[in-house]
Amino acid sequence: MRMMKPYFSVLKLRLLHGMQYRSAALAGVATQFFWGFMYIMIFEAFYDQALHNPPMSLKELITYLWLQQSFLAFIMLWFRDNELFDLITTGNIAYELCRPCGIYGYWYAKLLAQRLASALLRCFPILLVAFLLPQPYRMTLPPDALTFLYFCAALILGLLLLTAISMFIYISVFVTLSPTGSLLVFGVFGEFFAGLVIPLPLMPPWLQEMTYLLPFRLTADFPFRVYSGHIPHNEALAGIVFQLLWLAALVLLGRLALTKALTKVVVQGG
Amino acid sequence: MIAVEGLSKSFKVAKRSTGLRQATKALFFREHTTVNALNDLSFSINPGEIVGYIGPNGAGKSTTIKVMSGILVPDRGTCTIMGYTPWKDRVAYVKNIGVVFGQRSQLWWDVPVIDSFELLRDIYKVPDKEYKANLDLLIETLELSTFIKLPVRQLSLGQRMRCEIAASLLHSPKILFLDEPTIGLDAVSKIAVRKFIKTINLEKDVTIILTTHDMFDIEALADRVLLIGKGKLLYDGRLNELRSRFGSHKTITVDYRVMEKPIAISGAELLSWTPERCVMSVDTGKVTVSEVITQLSNQVDLLDVAIEARPIEEIIVQLYKEYQI
Repeated sequence: MRMMKPYFSVLKLRLLHGMQYRSAALAGVATQFFWGFMYIMIFEAFYDQALHNPPMSLKELITYLWLQQSFLAFIMLWFRDNELFDLITTGNIAYELCRPCGIYGYWYAKLLAQRLASALLRCFPILLVAFLLPQPYRMTLPPDALTFLYFCAALILGLLLLTAISMFIYISVFVTLSPTGSLLVFGVFGEFFAGLVIPLPLMPPWLQEMTYLLPFRLTADFPFRVYSGHIPHNEALAGIVFQLLWLAALVLLGRLALTKALTKVVVQGG
Repeated sequence: MIAVEGLSKSFKVAKRSTGLRQATKALFFREHTTVNALNDLSFSINPGEIVGYIGPNGAGKSTTIKVMSGILVPDRGTCTIMGYTPWKDRVAYVKNIGVVFGQRSQLWWDVPVIDSFELLRDIYKVPDKEYKANLDLLIETLELSTFIKLPVRQLSLGQRMRCEIAASLLHSPKILFLDEPTIGLDAVSKIAVRKFIKTINLEKDVTIILTTHDMFDIEALADRVLLIGKGKLLYDGRLNELRSRFGSHKTITVDYRVMEKPIAISGAELLSWTPERCVMSVDTGKVTVSEVITQLSNQVDLLDVAIEARPIEEIIVQLYKEYQI
């Protein structure tokens, strides 16, 4: 427990820090509603014209979209910590390296806390309103309690997995020194393969197969479809095992990559 | 306590001339030059010393500090500090040191200073009692009480620097590296910082390595100076020796009744001359001051004479010149 204390402290400070920006959160909530409605209307129009039965019902899709909007901070790779980028590009990382703790864990805690703080402020109002909306926009409850438990586990593991993936963005900045470039590459690929542009079931089969080989879909598409019951329980359990395996692999790989990057680090000036 | 042996570090720097053509060329072929930031550097430092580490810009001062604090990995050489090799045993080693980089910040920009301090307490796992005692001492001696609850972004540079120094000492380090701690500070803050550095050195027996361009910092603090240029150690010794080696020069300013003819004094170098005043530099190893004044009184009608020892800044300039750095 004492080992973990520094990381909890970072988490706490970041949470307190992130939660002081209330108007940003309010603006965020409004934006998410706008996007939510827009997506639903677009898909509604598609579904009206559908020639054969879509692989996902409109009701499931709407729930999927609202979850996506409420937990945006859990699933978006572009959601970033500019302070970390600044640390790397300006050389302030010098100070992080004088601390008696591993950089990987320290940064992981920071990034995790930032996402948690942002999501905690935003998800509740969005969810609350989404449950009260008139049909067909209304969000639905999960089919049963067990599904909800699976969803919670999948969502949290998804968040841990996404943070592990996002660590690679920061590590890559050691090489590229360009946060924008790294973000763009990771953001575009990651979000597409996570099913944030179009939900996975609506992709052509060959693309779906490819997507199933990558970890990205486990961060967003998977928990949301668990919620709506689109993924049955036994598959959900298998998915959670996959999440754990990917998480272990990515954290291990990330640590290795970061250690390698740090031995080559050059802190210029000053 | 600190033993550095044959330390070398070089950086590869991409070279490019100005102009679009050169820039396009650089897209495909990039020329690199190697900069030897450190070149076979060796020295040792004993516990309780305050060592001034000086040299012109780009001499390798900061690089040395970064190697010694475990941030950079050198190409060659060894460095043993309290039994650790900084870049190998980084996590275990850095518990024992405090570092202040004058041009960087370790405090969280958006949160009150005290929150940053508490985070550092948890990161360094400082026991509550020790933290409390250290914090009280730091607040008192660095006079932080009026702004410790403000976010860092609202502090002035001097206030921030005092907080930065405090932040580096919360975990009672045995060694403190200060990389230009007085950069950009006004006279009052500079004096406060110097006084504080002296105090913790005496009271807590902290070994201090200080880099600076402000020679008054060195004069006020350091018993010993290391001069480095182009990555090499050029001088290691007491400041006073340096002064007696180069400080035999005195500057004499003479006011006299209007005299149209320039003055010529043997053994003295005329720095400036007007019909009413002249400034000369005298090497007391060659000619004594009284001899100069005797010669002067023979040539002009003296009104006032001021004799000054050469300021340390000038000694350093001469030293840089002598070593061609």
